Amino acid sequence: MKITVAGEKKEVAENLTVAQLIEQENVETPQYVTVSINEEFLESGTFDTHVLKEGDEVEFLYFMGGGR
Amino acid sequence: MRVTIKKEDYERMLEYALSKRPEEACGLIAGEDSEDGVRKIRKVYLLTNIDHTNEHFSIDPKEQLASIKDMRANGLKPLGNWHSHPESPSRPSEEDKRLANDSKASYLILSLMEEDKPVLNAFHVEGEQGSRTVRKEELEII
Repeated sequence: MKITVAGEKKEVAENLTVAQLIEQENVETPQYVTVSINEEFLESGTFDTHVLKEGDEVEFLYFMGGGR
Repeated sequence: MRVTIKKEDYERMLEYALSKRPEEACGLIAGEDSEDGVRKIRKVYLLTNIDHTNEHFSIDPKEQLASIKDMRANGLKPLGNWHSHPESPSRPSEEDKRLANDSKASYLILSLMEEDKPVLNAFHVEGEQGSRTVRKEELEII
């Protein structure tokens, strides 16, 4: 099936989970990654069970914060 | 690394940060890494600190996503982020270092500690948690 990852169209396996996509894409420091699919943010802890669908638009975002 | 920021972008950042006091203000920076080794900031994004405090900042993830898409649409590279220190110097705090997870990023910190003397510095942070090293980058307002 075709999905879009960080703006790039990709062919991926059917029934791919978000966790599998993170591994496949070699996402650095995945523990700090937030995932949005079609502009909706996934709850952390659901990456293993969330199955991607044809046409999904996936973005990986790194939490950005700090303090004084 | 040498980093450049346009004067008008710096002034927008400063005006925004002053308007958000006593809270920390924050945002993203985007541009290009040119072949001559200069990191050129072409656009500064002024985003919401969803912590709304003077002690922490967290960039609104929805605004972060919209900014990333804007960068992509305009051929700009994400270069890092910026935030203000309303009451402390322009240097990364322990929390800033702990949360600086991108070793390729530039982290800009704008100190408003002395109201008539704002100080903007850029930093590079790398290494594992607990042993992070910070290097000040050469920043030029052009």
